[in-house]
Amino acid sequence: MKPILAVFKREFAAYFATPLAYVFIVIFLFAMGAFTFYIGHFFENGTADLQVFFGFHPWLYLFLVPAISMRLWAEERRSGTMELLLTLPLRLSATVIGKYLAAWAFTGVALALTFPIWITVNYLGHPDNGVILASYIGSFLMAGAYLAIGACISASTNNQVIAFVVSVVVCFLFTISGAPLVLDFFSAWAPLALVNAISSFSFLTHFTAISAGVIDLRDLIFFLSLIALFLTANVVILDLKKTG
Amino acid sequence: MIEIDGLTKTFGPIAAVSGINLKVGRGEVLGFLGPNGAGKSTTMKMITGFLAPSSGRVRVCGFDVETQTIGAQRMIGYLPEGAPAYGDMTPRQFLAFIAEVRGYSGSEAKARIGDAVRKTDLDPVLDQPIDTLSKGFKRRVGLAQAVLHDPPVLIMDEPTDGLDPNQKHSVRELLRAMAPRKAIIVSTHLLEEVEAICTRAVIIDRGRIVADGTPAELLARSRHHNAVTLALPPANIDGVKARLKGLSSVASVDQQQRSDGTIELTAFPRSGALLIEDISALATAERWDVKELYAEPGRLDEVFRAITTHDAARAREFRA
Repeated sequence: MKPILAVFKREFAAYFATPLAYVFIVIFLFAMGAFTFYIGHFFENGTADLQVFFGFHPWLYLFLVPAISMRLWAEERRSGTMELLLTLPLRLSATVIGKYLAAWAFTGVALALTFPIWITVNYLGHPDNGVILASYIGSFLMAGAYLAIGACISASTNNQVIAFVVSVVVCFLFTISGAPLVLDFFSAWAPLALVNAISSFSFLTHFTAISAGVIDLRDLIFFLSLIALFLTANVVILDLKKTG
Repeated sequence: MIEIDGLTKTFGPIAAVSGINLKVGRGEVLGFLGPNGAGKSTTMKMITGFLAPSSGRVRVCGFDVETQTIGAQRMIGYLPEGAPAYGDMTPRQFLAFIAEVRGYSGSEAKARIGDAVRKTDLDPVLDQPIDTLSKGFKRRVGLAQAVLHDPPVLIMDEPTDGLDPNQKHSVRELLRAMAPRKAIIVSTHLLEEVEAICTRAVIIDRGRIVADGTPAELLARSRHHNAVTLALPPANIDGVKARLKGLSSVASVDQQQRSDGTIELTAFPRSGALLIEDISALATAERWDVKELYAEPGRLDEVFRAITTHDAARAREFRA
């Protein structure tokens, strides 16, 4: 646990040592606001809830989260610190988890900074704050899942641009795997069970379920096990890279 | 303390390291020499557990690097090539991170960091971001990181690369001071460094060990070993040369002109012969106007070049 904390603290501080954190947070908040008010017509809807706000989260994460995750390992490789980090007496899993948690905590900070919209909606009406809290939790979990995918991809390439593009594509597939675009491709020939399995991987489905205000154990397990799966893959990839 | 057995690393069809066997004990400072691409860094990466060997194994203080990686890594202080560090951190923060990872906390961490800083003279830059430091200070941050936990085994990939002569000197002093209690492997391109600090020199070429001995033993393989050089005015130089060649212990004589006009004659001994006495006696007897007279211990660069294949020769071989 202590080594994870050491890696976490270093990594988390590193975000704020460079302009990266501030640029990211400003753009994240600006985009959230712009989408909610101009495209989502938050005021015109006249309802005291944050559905439109949360509705845009998957699509924003799709581009913003890979922007964070792409540098996670690629940057360490480029600067040579990878060699330093992997020759310190740390378990590979501790290093992977520490770095991942730092990135996740950072997106958590960005997400938490959207609190003015929560204040706004409480000022304007009487929203169901339980639903809003559930939605925040769901959004945070979803961000974590995107990050785990992106981290794993970052570990497998030296090139940050490749890491970004591939992460966006993979995350996109996970986001919409419940949509006809993906399902039609499979439903023609694949057995129903497989089609159902694919559709159950959709982030949208699980996120929508949570943001309706019901934190179902199945949705929690879905996101957490997906994170665990990709972090394990991350460890395996780094281990394979050792054998060159 | 370091045992390397049949260590081999292949990258695709290329064998970067092939079948290296090496034992390094406490008190040894092993100079790891070789042309670029000979496999020095790859070997060091395998010793420290950054790369997994294709075959063979490495044990550090009894820990198998592949199966007991963390145990081995605790015993090692490693300065990777180029001394990488997190550029956005200050040396103070960076060393605090290393101390924390190495399991130190509170006053012990502070003491360790203070000690490492003192050894590497980092005080003046402790609170500047590492990215803004000069090459010499960056290198010293890497050194401080490597010696922080006072490890029994030190692996240093070109620790003095890019340092000025004063900094090189202080790094060598540091290594020399730590040497008796540790097993140290230092890779370098600087042959004078080997003579200055190493108790043992290993030359590798194309992934194989081609020479292994004390610096003195390697020097003995030099053509210049025990050769004697005289500096004389140009007058009657041919006579002097003829007399030198007349000595039974002299195998051959080389002649070179210096920029100030003096002639430098170098007499090479027949195998094992000591020339200096014969030649100084002859010079006194003949009353030569000798400006300088000295015996050479040998030239390491000559041995190095003779042992490791030239790139040019290699290229010719490849074309053929």
